[in-house]
Amino acid sequence: MKHDISVIRGDFPILHQEVYGKPLVYLDNAATTQKPQCVIDTVRHYYEKDNANIHRGVHLLSERATADYEAARETIRLFFNAKSSKEVVFTRGATESINLVATSWGNANVGKGDEVLITHMEHHSNIVPWQMLCDRVGASLKVVPMNAAGELEMDAFETLLSDRTKLVGVVHMSNALGTINPVGTMIKKAHAVGAKVLVDGAQAAAHMAVDLQALDADFYVTSAHKMYGPTGVGVLVGREVLLDAMPPYQGGGDMILTVTFEKSQYNDLPHKFEAGTPNIAGAIGFGRAIKYIESIGFKAIEACEKKLLTYAIQKAADFDGLRQIGTAGNRACILSFVLDGVHPHDLGTILDREGVAIRAGHHCAMPVMQFYGVPATARASFSIYNTKAEVDVLFTALAKAQAMFA
Amino acid sequence: MFNLSDLYQQVIIDHTKSPRNFGRLEPCNHDAEGYNPLCGDQLHVYLQINDSNVIEDVKFEGQGCSISTASASLMTEALKGKSVDEFEHLFEAFHTMATADISETPDEAVLGKLAVLAGVKEFPARIKCATLCWHTLKSAIEDGGTARTE
Repeated sequence: MKHDISVIRGDFPILHQEVYGKPLVYLDNAATTQKPQCVIDTVRHYYEKDNANIHRGVHLLSERATADYEAARETIRLFFNAKSSKEVVFTRGATESINLVATSWGNANVGKGDEVLITHMEHHSNIVPWQMLCDRVGASLKVVPMNAAGELEMDAFETLLSDRTKLVGVVHMSNALGTINPVGTMIKKAHAVGAKVLVDGAQAAAHMAVDLQALDADFYVTSAHKMYGPTGVGVLVGREVLLDAMPPYQGGGDMILTVTFEKSQYNDLPHKFEAGTPNIAGAIGFGRAIKYIESIGFKAIEACEKKLLTYAIQKAADFDGLRQIGTAGNRACILSFVLDGVHPHDLGTILDREGVAIRAGHHCAMPVMQFYGVPATARASFSIYNTKAEVDVLFTALAKAQAMFA
Repeated sequence: MFNLSDLYQQVIIDHTKSPRNFGRLEPCNHDAEGYNPLCGDQLHVYLQINDSNVIEDVKFEGQGCSISTASASLMTEALKGKSVDEFEHLFEAFHTMATADISETPDEAVLGKLAVLAGVKEFPARIKCATLCWHTLKSAIEDGGTARTE
C-alpha cells in the first residue's frame, strides 16, 4: 500500500491538537506510540458491546469476548510467524515477559557457575531480571561490549559465548541508540554452544518484519503500546517445547485444569502462563493494532521511516554543537543527542513549550549513558505519522534553546 | 501563560554557566549525596558548621540541568553565614514557593534572590530539579546519607 502521510495522520486523532498554542509535534514514539482511531474504536466497542470474562462463561457475551481474545492471539501469531498459537502468551508487556522467562525458565535451567550473557545496550528490563536470577541461583552475568558507534562487538560476543552460557538476552533494536542488532547471526552462534536466546523486540516490532521461525529465536518479547496498541499488554512468544517444560509463573484462575487442596493440574499452553483475568480489551486492541500495521505494510513503513531518519541525521550533522549518541550503520527511527551548553532536561522543557515532545533522560539504559560519559541524552524518535516539516520544527526549537543559553 | 523566560531568567542562566561555590569543601564536617533518578541529576553538598551551629561554608559539586545547578548555586550563596535554624526556615519557605499555588507570590523578604526560582511551580516536571539541593543539604545537616527526589 502507498504510504499516504495525510491519510495516516488522519488515523491518529491525538496528533491534531495544540500544546501551549503550538501544533503538537510528537517525537517520543520510542517511549510509546499514539493509537489510531481503529484501535480506540475496537477497545471502545469491546467495553460497549462484548465485555465479559473469557474462557468460562456460557453466555453470548463471554463467547464473543473469548473469540475476539483468541482471534487477537492468532493475529499476533501470524504477524510474528510463530508455529502455533500455543507459543503466544499474553502478558502485561515486554518487561513482564522477560521476568516470566527469567523466573520460570531461569530458575529451572540456570544454576551455580552458569552464565547469562546480555549486551551493553540493553534496556533495564533486560538487565535487572537476569541480575536477579543470577543472584538467586549463583550464576554470573556477562556483558557483550559495544563500540563508539553503538554497535555490538561481535568478536567479543563470540569470545564470551561458551558452554557455560545458558541464555543470551539481546535487544533487537536499542531504544537509546536506535541500533538494530544482528540477532539472526547471534542466535545461530548462541545455539551452537547450546544457549537459548531471548530477543527483546519492544522497540523493533513496530518498525520491521519479524519472522520468528526464520530467526529461530527461543523467546521473543514485545509490548503492544509501542506498536500503536493499548498500554498494559504485550506478548511472550516462546518455543513450544521450552514453554511446555517450564513451570507456571503465577498461580490462579485460568491457568489450571483441576484444583484440589492436595494438588492442582495446570492448564495447557498458552493458558498455563495466563493466570487471572487478563487485559482482554488490551489484547483485542493489540490484535487490531497489528492489523493496522499490516494494512500499511513494512515495506512502506521502513521506506518512510528511513527517509525521515536520514533527513534528521543530516540536519543533526549540520547543527553546530550537537553530538549524536549512537551512529550505528544499521539503525532506525531514533536520534539521540546532546547539545553543548544545554542539558537534555532543559532541552525537554524548552522544546515542550514549542509543541515538540521528546524524551530527555537515561532512557532506562543507564549503562549506555555511562558508556558515552553523559548523564542523559535528548532523544527524538520517529514513527509512521511523522513528517519532515516536524523534523524542521524540532531543529528550529533546538536553535532557540541554544540561543537561550548562549 | 507562563513563559519560558519566566523559568530561564538571566540570573538562572548566569548561575548555570558560572555556578558559585562549586567544588569540594575541605575541611567539612557534613556532606551528602543527592540524586534524581528521573533525569540523572547528581550532586554532592559539603558543609562546615561551627560549634554555634552556624554554616561557616558550603559548597557543591555534581552534574545536572540548568535548574538544579542554578538552584544549588543560589542556595550556597544564601546559606553562607546563616544558622542551622535559619536554614530550616529557608528550607520551608523555598519548598512552599516551589509547590505553592500559581497565584501565590513568593515571600521575597524571606527568600531574597532565591525567589527567581518561583517559576518552577509552573513546570511540574522541574520542581524536583530545584528542590534536590535543598533536600540534599537537609540530609547532610542531619547526617542522613543520600537524598533522592523520587
